[in-house]
Amino acid sequence: MKKRLSAAPFAVWMGIFTVVPMAIVLWFAFTDENGAFTLRNIAEIWQYSGTYVDSIWMGALATVICLVLAYPLALSIARKAEHVQRTMVMIVMLPMWMNFLLRTYAWMSLLEENGLINHLLGQIGLHWSIINTDAAVVLGMVYNFLPFMILPLYSVMAKMDNRVIEAAQDLGSNNWQILRRVILPLSAPGIVSGVTMVFVPAVSTFVISKLLGGSKYMMIGDVIESMFMGDGCNYNVGAALSLVLMVLMLICMSLMRRVDNGEDELGGMMA
Amino acid sequence: MKKLACLLAVCVVCGAFGGCDVQPTKETVTLNVYNWGEYIDDEILDVNALFEQETGIKINYKTFESNESMYTLLESGAAEYDVVIPSDYMIGKMIQEGMLAKLNFDNIPNYKYIDEVHKGLEYDPNNEYSVPYTWGTVGIFYNKKYVDEADLAQGWDILWNEKYAGKIFMFDNARDSFMIALKKLGYSMNTTNPAEWKAAYDALAEQKPLVQGYFMDQVFQKMTNEEGWLAPYYSGDGANMITGDDGNEDIGYFVPHQGTNLFVDAMCVLATTKHQKEAEQYINFMCRTDVAVANAEYICYSTPHTEALELLDPEVVNDPMFYPDEEVLDKTEVFITLDDKTLKLQKDLWIKLKCLRTRPSWWPFPS
Repeated sequence: MKKRLSAAPFAVWMGIFTVVPMAIVLWFAFTDENGAFTLRNIAEIWQYSGTYVDSIWMGALATVICLVLAYPLALSIARKAEHVQRTMVMIVMLPMWMNFLLRTYAWMSLLEENGLINHLLGQIGLHWSIINTDAAVVLGMVYNFLPFMILPLYSVMAKMDNRVIEAAQDLGSNNWQILRRVILPLSAPGIVSGVTMVFVPAVSTFVISKLLGGSKYMMIGDVIESMFMGDGCNYNVGAALSLVLMVLMLICMSLMRRVDNGEDELGGMMA
Repeated sequence: MKKLACLLAVCVVCGAFGGCDVQPTKETVTLNVYNWGEYIDDEILDVNALFEQETGIKINYKTFESNESMYTLLESGAAEYDVVIPSDYMIGKMIQEGMLAKLNFDNIPNYKYIDEVHKGLEYDPNNEYSVPYTWGTVGIFYNKKYVDEADLAQGWDILWNEKYAGKIFMFDNARDSFMIALKKLGYSMNTTNPAEWKAAYDALAEQKPLVQGYFMDQVFQKMTNEEGWLAPYYSGDGANMITGDDGNEDIGYFVPHQGTNLFVDAMCVLATTKHQKEAEQYINFMCRTDVAVANAEYICYSTPHTEALELLDPEVVNDPMFYPDEEVLDKTEVFITLDDKTLKLQKDLWIKLKCLRTRPSWWPFPS
């Protein structure tokens, strides 16, 4: 009874700000302007299938890059002395104290044709045309969401029992085997939550593509936003678009969880 | 019970004083004015303060950022305003929906100063609802260092010139971008013919590989930093891009020969007003020569006021960017309100254009 009572504030919060809005999205997705039931909105979404694929692809690319960058970093932080760990985690979180939009604006002026990076590269006779391309968008995603990959990985790795690694060493494992057979399976929950925390916002982002991509190729987040703004806006199609996006992301996440479970079994078998 | 009575008494007293605060004398009228941001002189000759001082009418002045946000607020009934200053096509829409009051021009004698050119335009054909406040055109800003002046003769087609690939910016809104494509093709920008809209879409799709990006206000910084060389934008904002503090003197401006959009922002009175006479008095005051001059000098957009024009700096008045000659004006068109079907088509085509991939996304890095 007590437990239930302490969960009440959260339940109320969830009810008002998650369940009710979801119900409203559902309602809008399956009705027309007059409120009558229709499947037309869902059918209309077909024309955006390419944009869905692009957004999921770019989100996945950013997630993989984040993982590749974050995994060794998190591992090395977790192996440091405690006070060093605290400082390094602080440094990872530091950029998050500044507004997301401001940081992305800063990247825009860094990457521009006559921006700071090209100014410096120009000194040694190089030039990097990246602003207003998909590469700049992926870069912006990686930069903005990297801490969300590092932190869950780090928190799992910091809790890892050092004696397990020592035991593996005693039994004659080389470093690669320790990483593959011990550290990787143990850090799997961190990978899963890190990937979730990067992939979901990366796929649905709409500011980064505007500022760094020159608004040239809409991501699915941009399409959804434009359905709710300006002339000829259509809440019903917008809601249907977000609904389909949610379903697609759920499918992606459950696929990943399945891979993760499979790996656990594999690791168990090999041990 | 006693406590409740006390509370009630306090409330009543407060209420009474509160009421006094708002209306010390019966004659004081508060006029609610709703205008674009940075669109009135509030520094050199504080226009609103001057009006309050001269008439004793209080001004409650608020600003908006877009026609659409202004319309949404007024339509929801969340706020009551007396005077609004929207743009042409929005005035047309508000007239259609009965949101505006017919003006009594006996109370606005200064209307005689407004240039005939700006009267009787499509959005208010009989001059019943609006008094023009500012106007301007859409043209192309170009960097003289990189753009060959001989190419300007191509008009809008210069934005399709492969010589300038990757250095072209476009509007990040459907209406202005489609206006350019429709004008390039020689159609009216207010067309309701779906075939013409589709042709305009094809033209924009063909142009997309040459475009560096679609921007609105960011265009200032991108043009002055020479990130791009060609950008269509509103003439009134040109002052900042060229002569402003961070301006770039290498930037020039021209209006393509195929014709362009003439936009007008005009003063209107809402149908819900309780102070129509005072609202008209305010509009008349805004059309007084000294006030019109102060506003024109502060905002930098072109003024429709004939007498103010004579008092402005001749350098500004003779600048074809702000005051283009007859030949250019003859070919301009004013936006009118499109019907819902055309608006939806425009929106769909715009999103389709913005989603269109001109290069594959599987390898997003520059080759």
